[in-house]
Amino acid sequence: MSRTGILDAARPLAESSVVGRLDPRTRVLLAVLFALTVVMADNLASLTLALMAAVILAVLARLSPRQTLRRLLALEGFMLVVLALLPFTVPGRILAEPLGFAASAEGLAQAAAIALRANAVAVAVMALVGSMEVVSLGCALGRLGAPERLIHLFLFTIRYIEVLEREYDRLRLAMRARAFRPGCGPHCWRSVGYLFGMLMVRSLERAERIDAAMRCRGFTGHFPSLDDAGSERPGMLDWGFGAASCAALLLVAA
Amino acid sequence: MIRLEDVRFAYETARPVLDGIDFTLSAGDKVALNGPNGAGKTTLLHLMVGLVTPQAGRVIAFGRPRRAEKDFVEVRARAGLLFQDADDQLFCPTVAEDVAFGPLNQGKTKAEARVIVHQTLSELGLEGLEHRVTHKLSGGQRRLVSLAAVLAMRPEALLLDEPTNALDDATRARLLDILAGLPLAMVIVSHDRDVLDRLANREVRLEAGRLT
Repeated sequence: MSRTGILDAARPLAESSVVGRLDPRTRVLLAVLFALTVVMADNLASLTLALMAAVILAVLARLSPRQTLRRLLALEGFMLVVLALLPFTVPGRILAEPLGFAASAEGLAQAAAIALRANAVAVAVMALVGSMEVVSLGCALGRLGAPERLIHLFLFTIRYIEVLEREYDRLRLAMRARAFRPGCGPHCWRSVGYLFGMLMVRSLERAERIDAAMRCRGFTGHFPSLDDAGSERPGMLDWGFGAASCAALLLVAA
Repeated sequence: MIRLEDVRFAYETARPVLDGIDFTLSAGDKVALNGPNGAGKTTLLHLMVGLVTPQAGRVIAFGRPRRAEKDFVEVRARAGLLFQDADDQLFCPTVAEDVAFGPLNQGKTKAEARVIVHQTLSELGLEGLEHRVTHKLSGGQRRLVSLAAVLAMRPEALLLDEPTNALDDATRARLLDILAGLPLAMVIVSHDRDVLDRLANREVRLEAGRLT
């Protein structure tokens, strides 16, 4: 598939990288630990260190720099407003007064901390979790003891999100083929309403068909699992990587 | 194997889809079921495995009348239904898990299920797909894998709902070869003349709620 679908993040980037060879569970745990540590750290030096660690992880995971930057930009755009406003809204020692608005040093520091923190966590999560097949993420979460129902919901979502997206694309195309252009006005709102209504109806019908297909294969409410990979232990690499990362995190926290 | 006696079914009471159907599928039968769009061919297949319940009439499958949902659990294992849209049928993350789903539900152990998965996939020439993620398969692969998933339950009859729909020529020929080589009783819904000529040994037509 050449177009960029919702599941692009699901594509394994480089399974041969060091991060790629780690057990999915190790990666999930590390990502959670990293996020927790970074959220708790509050001085700029340790946050900078954390961002550097995240970048190292990204390099180890062989993330494509362009794609990573593009994703980060989306995050940056989201935070821009908050970051730009903070220096002017947090009271404290005044640094400058552009156009008569006072910017405080404390506000600036807070903005910098938030920017570092968000980027460090985003890069680390992309490196550790984003580079793995979503299905293995689901299985890893399951083996880490997440509730079974939640995992099934997650796996079904992954499985069908693309089917729904295709359905949405088809409907949109059909609208465009009849010269529909989004604009403002009752006609447009009604049509978009129909589009989403139809998508709901079709999804519901599909859900019913899937249920029928499952019952045809003897489903009675319990999910059997073929996966007994749970028996395999985390390897040397996992322990080593985990230990090194914990040391690094302690450094950040200190 | 499966007998329908004077079966009636309607989605809306005013317009019955099936209006007194008598139909028998015996061992060795390969029945082509055709008829115009919306005539109720899919509904008829769904009736046979209890996915819809008739408003009147009886469904007798494998020697016993079947009424409730739990009666049909066994029927569905012995008469495998291949859905029109393979996306509906493949819901597990990986091909192996999907093919194993039926056998595991039948109470096979994991080791047995794995053997069955392997066997079924290699019978259909799909060995390489075992660990692939289902939503990344091509349309043709999806259709073949969903057939494998049905065959993995070792059914005695196959109910095929437009099996060659939207397949390219190569995959279609491959699927036909596979189906022609299976010794199972079949009901085949298809608009594809070739398919019917090649697979069927008997033909019935569903029109205006009746079989002719």
